[in-house]
Amino acid sequence: MEDRQTLNRNLAQMLKGGVIMDVTTPEQARIAEAAGACAVMALERIPADIRAAGGVSRMSDPKMIKGIQEAVSIPVMAKCRIGHFVEAQILEAIEIDYIDESEVLSPADDVYHIDKRKFNVPFVCGAKDLGEALRRINEGATMIRTKGEPGTGDVIQAVRHMRMMQSEIRRLTSLNADELYEAAKQLRVPFDLVQYVHDNGKLPVVNFAAGGVATPADAALMMQLGAEGVFVGSGIFKSGDPVKRAQAIVKAVTNYDNPKIIAELSEDLGEAMVGINENEIELLMAERGK
Amino acid sequence: MSNNGNIHSPVIAVLALQGAFAEHEQMLQKLGVETFEIRNRTDWDKPKDGLIIPGGESTTMTRIMHDLDLWEPVRDAIKGGLPVFGTCAGLIMLDSNHLGTMNITAKRNAYGRQLGSFYHDGEFRGITDVPADSELSTQDSQLPMTFIRAPYIESHGEGVEILASVDGKDVAARQGNQLVTAFHPELNDDTRVHDFFLGMIKGVK
Repeated sequence: MEDRQTLNRNLAQMLKGGVIMDVTTPEQARIAEAAGACAVMALERIPADIRAAGGVSRMSDPKMIKGIQEAVSIPVMAKCRIGHFVEAQILEAIEIDYIDESEVLSPADDVYHIDKRKFNVPFVCGAKDLGEALRRINEGATMIRTKGEPGTGDVIQAVRHMRMMQSEIRRLTSLNADELYEAAKQLRVPFDLVQYVHDNGKLPVVNFAAGGVATPADAALMMQLGAEGVFVGSGIFKSGDPVKRAQAIVKAVTNYDNPKIIAELSEDLGEAMVGINENEIELLMAERGK
Repeated sequence: MSNNGNIHSPVIAVLALQGAFAEHEQMLQKLGVETFEIRNRTDWDKPKDGLIIPGGESTTMTRIMHDLDLWEPVRDAIKGGLPVFGTCAGLIMLDSNHLGTMNITAKRNAYGRQLGSFYHDGEFRGITDVPADSELSTQDSQLPMTFIRAPYIESHGEGVEILASVDGKDVAARQGNQLVTAFHPELNDDTRVHDFFLGMIKGVK
């Protein structure tokens, strides 16, 4: 009998090669689905607005999430605060397809993440390096994404996190078997996870890019760097022509290795989200929850 | 492995627009079969003996197929006899509300959301019921079946043979050169369903 962990990792496998879009209303969810999103993230405010509004940011109103569940047939994800296992229980109670234990919201616990193995619904977590990714997997995350820097429209942090993870994975694969114990100690993760990465050259779960993706080229960049799919948050509904941009990003992820197609997709997309450069931001969400 | 008596080893195209296409390629590679990915119209024109439509989201695949001019050529090739194997979303893509090449209607998300996803050991006609003394026997009366936000076949018409049912719901079927499963054979180590499809291509199943 397969366990929930396996079934939950399997759902992430079905999302690969796809784009998961942040939506705040049933109308936006329908637009995202029609544009080809493989899932939507239901939240009250997209990261750019969370950033602008300031204050404590929490799980969205379950009624709002249910409205989005009713509007679309693709999987619906929602965010809870890091360590806030009751918000996670609520999301499980409304049968969400994936919970994002997310640094985009204000953390509820500065020491402990949620014990995700206690839940039947799957969790995706952010990571900026291999150690964070494997610690989240050890806690029961069945999908990983880069943290990036949400709500900025600046892809630099997602690139940094994906490059870091990939280079650490490559380093692990090159180690001798007897060096893996020390690597496990340094990464602060169990030996069997380190051994899996050493043997397979990849994480044991699907790994997406997230944070700051705003254009088809950004999405293709993340795919070429090794992402298996892309989350787009503020980049779509903060742009001039969300429908066209959403469709273009979906196709750019499929044909991420084909510059000619990406060139065509990049034409006439209208205004991209304005964005904030990394050195202009005051709050680094990626530093939450290590 | 099972290419005995064949003129050439089949080449299988895997629709790689979105979803678990890599898992299918790995299964076919285990069986020693050459594969290539279809991501756009140019890829489609390469010669192939069969097509796999993987699991993923049928709305995503539908959108991309229309936008990248793949819908008509794929539909026409299947109607023209190109052997095809669809899993989960791939089953939905072949039903009467999508490509319409198979005489079936799929019920999407038939088991509900992710909490309804499940694993089942079940029987599959032509695979688990082959007598043990037969050359084709696989010696195992159960097939692993992983259902992820799966559909089932709500109704079927002429020419459709049901190959597997779980709790009274039809979850695998064949119509001529077309094979569909609501579950994901590519997620388990058992290669028998893929081998069955290769048998269809070679005309021995």
